[in-house]
Amino acid sequence: MEFLAYLISGISLGSVYAIIALGYTMVYGIAKMLNFAHGDVIMVGGYISFCAMQSLGFSAFPSVLLAMLVCTMLGVVIEALAYKPLRSAAPLAVLITAIGVSNLLQNAAMLIWKAAPRVYTPVVSGSMQLFDGKLKVSYISLLTIAACLVIMAALMLFTGKTRIGKAMRACAEDRGAAELMGINVNATVSLTFAIGSGLAAIAGVLLCSFSGTLMPTTGSMPGIKAFTAAVFGGIGSIPGAFLGGLLLGVIESLAQAYITSTMANSIVFCVLIAVLLVRPAGLLGKYVPEKV
Amino acid sequence: MKKFAAMLTAFTMALGLTACGSGNAAGADNAFHLGTIGPLTGQNAIYGEAVANGAKVAVEEINAMGGVQFVLESKDDAADPETSVNAYHNLLDNGMQVLVSPTTTACAIEVSTHVYEDRVFMLTPSASAPDVTAGKDNVFQVCFTDPNLGLGAADYMAEHMPEAKIGVLYRSDDAYSQGVRDTFMTQAKKNNLNVLYEGSFTEDTSTNFEVQLTSARAAGVDLMFIPIYFQPASVVLNQAKAMGYAPTFFGVDGLDGLLTMENFDVSVAEGVMLMTPFAANAGDERTENFVKKYKEEFGSVPNQFAADAYDAVYIVKEALEKAGCTPDQTHQELCEALLKTMPELKVDGLTGKGLTWKANGEVSKDPLAVEIRSGEYVPVA
Repeated sequence: MEFLAYLISGISLGSVYAIIALGYTMVYGIAKMLNFAHGDVIMVGGYISFCAMQSLGFSAFPSVLLAMLVCTMLGVVIEALAYKPLRSAAPLAVLITAIGVSNLLQNAAMLIWKAAPRVYTPVVSGSMQLFDGKLKVSYISLLTIAACLVIMAALMLFTGKTRIGKAMRACAEDRGAAELMGINVNATVSLTFAIGSGLAAIAGVLLCSFSGTLMPTTGSMPGIKAFTAAVFGGIGSIPGAFLGGLLLGVIESLAQAYITSTMANSIVFCVLIAVLLVRPAGLLGKYVPEKV
Repeated sequence: MKKFAAMLTAFTMALGLTACGSGNAAGADNAFHLGTIGPLTGQNAIYGEAVANGAKVAVEEINAMGGVQFVLESKDDAADPETSVNAYHNLLDNGMQVLVSPTTTACAIEVSTHVYEDRVFMLTPSASAPDVTAGKDNVFQVCFTDPNLGLGAADYMAEHMPEAKIGVLYRSDDAYSQGVRDTFMTQAKKNNLNVLYEGSFTEDTSTNFEVQLTSARAAGVDLMFIPIYFQPASVVLNQAKAMGYAPTFFGVDGLDGLLTMENFDVSVAEGVMLMTPFAANAGDERTENFVKKYKEEFGSVPNQFAADAYDAVYIVKEALEKAGCTPDQTHQELCEALLKTMPELKVDGLTGKGLTWKANGEVSKDPLAVEIRSGEYVPVA
């Protein structure tokens, strides 16, 4: 019975990682860059929804929508200001810029909202009982898993069936050819950032509801873990991000439960190393050799 | 003309510099200079602010009584040891003679080495690790050491709840939490307590305790010992409630501050027990006066850190009076005088009656256990 509880805990944690990992993997797939500021967009989403619920008195759903709106705009602005001018620069420059943006977001949040942790009222509360009360699952866990599934389905449909989705896949495969075919690459990249950041806002709300606490550094560790999950599942591949996120959450949860709670993080990263040794492109990634 | 103007400017600037330099003649204003260092920003700001404010209340009271006069300067260290050392040097430059700080353990350990070399008397209200005073004859504590907290908790449980099925949840990368847990486990074994589960977490897993709580529940734990700070504790309490798991939670002084968290649902903390040397609603007159003054000046109920700092200032006052010190002495002279006086001192404070000190700087006093009922501390046995 406990195993089931750990499993559900792991899946819900993994769902949050999966939603965040999507942002990383989509941006990498299409713009070929790692947006390390993504974790902090999560934190911004958390703060916006917190302010909406506290100061403006909105209820849960409008706060989430407001957070999504603000984060989407933030993502597009970051892309336009920090990453677009560096489209043709060395990848290292973009990486460092991303770290810089991450720092900027964290410290801006500290200035605006102060560094003290805030108590975050969960968007849903309570739990449901299964198996005659032997297993209690909190509603927030269920909401997280449901959100992840819905997002996964929506994204698969979007990239598979719609024109814009196909344009995104085309840009990911070969940007030059896509441009020649008349696809507006700039707009596509901006849209990718927008979608990724909107999803980050949802992840932020879910994460903060789960832990009940919010501070400027809330996004950084989940960001790193989600990045790991994206690499684990195959960076650039959307199903890979989901698989990586869920697996990572489950491994972390089970490692904490059955091996040791102190070294859970180390075990997770060791698994990452082991997988990359066997499959360098991640579980679902494609190993694309570079034509010289 | 140009040359004259240049000379005049240079002369004025030099004058300005010397004016800066002479502003710190220690005791020139016939008062002892005290310094406090603590986190005034950041996660632990509540502690640093409490220490600075509690000291301020004490200084104002003492100055109003005539006799020994104090001047207080408070600096921020954001609970970072390096910043703390810089703040300490800053205070020294401004003429501080006695240090009533730092607030957090890690910073105190770092600053104490400097204090030992510079020969400044240091009385920390709240830094509780034994490493703070170890090997330094001029460093003293007002608060319990972590080992004593762990011991006290285990003894309290042995006396009041010997049959309890105990679980422990601590933070493994924090000196304070680890220290308390270590002595608790040793003493619990001696007292034959039933410890069924032990779980830990680190700073970056401090937002998710579902696994640890599930394991504790599976082991049948009904008394969770949580020697952690109030911020992760609030997460533990909320998640336990979400899971429908309700053991009695028992913490130590790090839980102080739980009830003052903005927006925190205090009903979740109902029944939580903690060891603390100070309860704001204890009935005695001195506590009531202190709480009243603190509330008037700062608008909130003081926690034990404020009380510790208040006591620290009074302790320094009594030690200075007993040693017959005068404000025009240097900090080195004061240091030597005070460290001889401390072991002979016995002070009644807000945080304990009959406080005495051993030569190694550790304080002897009895811990007090309180339970949170309806959002207030209620002393229990």
